Amino acid sequence: MTEPLLSIAGMSAGYGAVPVLFDVDMTVNAGEIVTLVGSNGAGKTTLLRAISRVIRGVGGHLRFDGIDLLPHSPEDVFARGIVQVPEGRQLFGEMTVEENLLMGTYRRHDKTGIRDSFEQVYALFPVLKERRRQLAGNMSGGEQQMCAMGRALMAAPRLLIVDEMSLGLAPVIVDQLLSILSDIRSRGMTILLVEQDVFAAFSIADRGYVMETGRIVREGPVSELKNDPSVREAYLGVDAH
Amino acid sequence: MSTARPILDVRSLTKRFQGLVAVDTVSIALAEHEIVGLIGPNGSGKTTLVNMISGTLAPDGGEVWFEGTRVDRLAPFRRAHLGIARTFQVMKPFPELSVLENVTVGALFGYGGGERSRTKARELAASLIEFTGLARHMDQHADSLGGPDRKRLELAKALALKPKLLLLDEVMAGLNAVEVDEVVELIKKIRSQNVTILVIEHVIKAIRSLSDRIVVLNHGEKIAEGDPSTVLANPQVIEAYLGKRRA
Repeated sequence: MTEPLLSIAGMSAGYGAVPVLFDVDMTVNAGEIVTLVGSNGAGKTTLLRAISRVIRGVGGHLRFDGIDLLPHSPEDVFARGIVQVPEGRQLFGEMTVEENLLMGTYRRHDKTGIRDSFEQVYALFPVLKERRRQLAGNMSGGEQQMCAMGRALMAAPRLLIVDEMSLGLAPVIVDQLLSILSDIRSRGMTILLVEQDVFAAFSIADRGYVMETGRIVREGPVSELKNDPSVREAYLGVDAH
Repeated sequence: MSTARPILDVRSLTKRFQGLVAVDTVSIALAEHEIVGLIGPNGSGKTTLVNMISGTLAPDGGEVWFEGTRVDRLAPFRRAHLGIARTFQVMKPFPELSVLENVTVGALFGYGGGERSRTKARELAASLIEFTGLARHMDQHADSLGGPDRKRLELAKALALKPKLLLLDEVMAGLNAVEVDEVVELIKKIRSQNVTILVIEHVIKAIRSLSDRIVVLNHGEKIAEGDPSTVLANPQVIEAYLGKRRA
């Protein structure tokens, strides 16, 4: 069996003296959509910060594409292909859509590759092409999320991490973005999806991890997690729709 | 009840941004103690409508009547004194003030001009912090709160105005299903204290269980209005907003 694209083993992390993550194990195989779910404050964002090497003092193992990531800087992690679509989009509101997309390429020097990426992103999100001269800050929430996803794709990621994609978006837009993510995966992308909307995440993911107070408490194929009574009670709500 | 005057009467309200008509001759009436859900795609004009009701935006056409008084020319604080309170989607607490101080500020400027006595204002604030489940954060700086607790603070601040009409703009965004259930219960309790509520939310489960009626906006126009089960089964609403997976 080949090594997973991303593997985390026995990871601990925190802020100063405050520990947040305890003995976290997780793998993401190439071509998979894996989802990480859990309540607010469970430690999901901290795990993402540890992966992207924004927080230091991380214990355990973190490997990506056969190398140990722990000694690397955030810039390096990004250059190696771990790219995030951050929670709350974090667009450059005073820049145009096209300028935002270009920001995703700042580590790239392959001009033809960048041109291809533009074409791919505009094909996935036609509205971004229509609005390419508009200021990103003037677009609706759904369009801004598309722009943030497009910007990440412009970096030619090998692992795309999407944090709280559905936040504040209309259901129909969430569905549209989910089907675009599936589409991106079918072209070979590997995706880690961190979601509060567990229903949405489970609808496209292959496997899932459930995090509580800094620990992974459940993991498995989404088909199993969906029917796990404790997951249903804690994350889908009693009268799950 | 059906013959009673609505507490809020929005008549043909219109707002344009440059060429774009953000809200297009929308009329909505809320009866006293009603909870009305306002849904629609991102960019459909929901927040703009709330901004015109609360006074942070001036309409280009139409009127807003509250308890028989025309209010669309009044400053936001005047409307707050009359009993209109709202939450903001992008929360803006005073970051350096404690949770208690933030809510006390609301209590000092609310319905009828607010509490005159600081002690009373602080007591009201403390009870609302308890009510919204923030008691253990009472003395923390507002900017140290996590997302969901900031939403609760936003709610407590609005309640401190002792509103008769509460406008809620996405207070459940980013909450998980269990946290959503908690806030739904909180909103039901608020209504039972004789508050009329207009709630913008994308969490359909919450909208369905809270709303007496639902109003749907699309491209600034009202495309549907009625009881939740009828509106959420409306093909136009499914097409524009809900999507087929949830229908």
